[in-house]
Amino acid sequence: MTLTDLASAVREHVEDGMTVALEGFGHLIPYAAGHEIIRQRRRDLTLCRMTPDLLYDQMIAAGCARRLVASFFASGSAGGLHEIRRRVEHHDPEPLEVEEYSHYGMVCRYTAGASGLPFMPLRSYAGSDLPRLNPRIRRVADPYGGPDVHVVPALRPDVAFLHAQRADADGNVQMWGILGAQQEVAYASRRVVVTVEEVVPSEVVRADPNRTVIPAHAVDAVVECPGGAYPSYAQGHYDRDNLFYRDWTAISRDPARLAAWLTEWVHDLPDRAAYLERLGAERWASVGVDPRPSGEVDYGARRVPAGLGDRAGDLTGEVVGG
Amino acid sequence: MTAVDTGLSDVAVDSTEFLAVVAARELAGARRVFAGVGLPTLAVDLARRTHSPDIDLVYESGVTGAAPEAMAEGIADSVLVSGAASVVSIGALFGYVLQGGHVDVGFLGAAQVDRWGSLNTSLIGDWERPTVRLPGGGGAPEIIANAGRCVVVMRRHDPGALPAALDFCTSPSPARAHAEDPRLVPPGHGLATLITPLGVLRRPDPLGELELAQVHPGVRVDDVLAATGWPLRVAEDLTETPRPAASDVRLLREEIDTVRLYLR
Repeated sequence: MTLTDLASAVREHVEDGMTVALEGFGHLIPYAAGHEIIRQRRRDLTLCRMTPDLLYDQMIAAGCARRLVASFFASGSAGGLHEIRRRVEHHDPEPLEVEEYSHYGMVCRYTAGASGLPFMPLRSYAGSDLPRLNPRIRRVADPYGGPDVHVVPALRPDVAFLHAQRADADGNVQMWGILGAQQEVAYASRRVVVTVEEVVPSEVVRADPNRTVIPAHAVDAVVECPGGAYPSYAQGHYDRDNLFYRDWTAISRDPARLAAWLTEWVHDLPDRAAYLERLGAERWASVGVDPRPSGEVDYGARRVPAGLGDRAGDLTGEVVGG
Repeated sequence: MTAVDTGLSDVAVDSTEFLAVVAARELAGARRVFAGVGLPTLAVDLARRTHSPDIDLVYESGVTGAAPEAMAEGIADSVLVSGAASVVSIGALFGYVLQGGHVDVGFLGAAQVDRWGSLNTSLIGDWERPTVRLPGGGGAPEIIANAGRCVVVMRRHDPGALPAALDFCTSPSPARAHAEDPRLVPPGHGLATLITPLGVLRRPDPLGELELAQVHPGVRVDDVLAATGWPLRVAEDLTETPRPAASDVRLLREEIDTVRLYLR
């Protein structure tokens, strides 16, 4: 595990043609990481995400992707992803391979990948055209005598990029709010890079171990990157910029405007700090949130029996050894 | 004014207010509702403020027992998290909460609905090169299979939106699953209620077809039949949809969607 910067992490972990997942279900979307991949002009990637969101519309427009693996092709109520639509409807400027599942289908793919299983069953798709569109969704016999069941294959991205509120320098990643499939994606992927709002001392993480969603053993690199999920959000740090999400429909509808946006906001900027500076204090303040801290829980501390004195250490040794 | 005299609103039958009030009525008696964004947000909020204050709101982002202090602008909005009863992983939400059978009513949208209650949210036209690429399945294939029953609200009612045959079946009716293999019929009822700008269609039998149960005020049965792409059956106990209470329309406009995000 290394504590590094984003440019180095992308340079080290992302190669042309790789299968890459930048996940986060509406929350903690790793925009800064995606923009760095655009900036380093990676090509022919297979991009995996449950909801492609604006980020994949941007990455596909920038020419990073050959194939899209996803389960929803819009950004909710905020509007359309016109780059993706142009590629699919008009093959403009070139076609995009699409491999489509439902949401739980994608979650099951990550879960199988994370668990070292070849596939995962789910109770969807009977009667649906999705298995006809995507032959990787199969129907198999239940070996225990029940009715047939549909299965989806394990997904094992070469590298995952995730964003979180905080991590320690060892790479233990803590997050709260909507967790999406972050843990499954991390364990499913061969390499994992996590950008965080802040790197905190180990004591902070160890004071609340249940908050660690991705332990250090599953993390290859941590990058401190405040604001790295903007214009999506990081619970407790900043809110989603709904104005930008609505504006995107008009930007992405016009290929020239989209190209100009990528030049101005990605290629011509060195990093996320420059992006936030360009955004300006007023716009950043508009997505600010007020504090609403959680109550604390008490993990308890083991009492050392009275009178043991220096023998307390020996006792611990016996317990561990036994 | 009529509204003052009767306590009823005269909003147009194809308005968001009218459709949201009709949708909210469908939630009476529901305990746990899988809510989406847009019109379902309005319907669920209205139901909670009127006849069903204890509805447990579940969102596919993993939130259960949501208690938003402001209107959510998406299913993963931070206001759904703050003050919620729980936030679980999306795997737990789909696997345990939904597939485990804990959701009574699912709210869905669709570009096309067929006679048997199957939904198309994927594409219009050719599969390989569609005329319109729609958002796709999302969680709808899971919701239609596993929620106790589903309610769909459509803003159009014409033979293109209610066709004889779907361009693509994203989320199948139990009837369609049954046709593929009778042993694969999912546990949920599937689409139970379809609300359109012309009326309310219901599907009382999980393996049966939709029938016209209500016509909205000013709409003739023949209008509905002409606007439907298959010979639509008319329920024997056909009724006229009651007009919304003026107080419900006021709630929607002045307390729920104050920023007019979903209301126009």
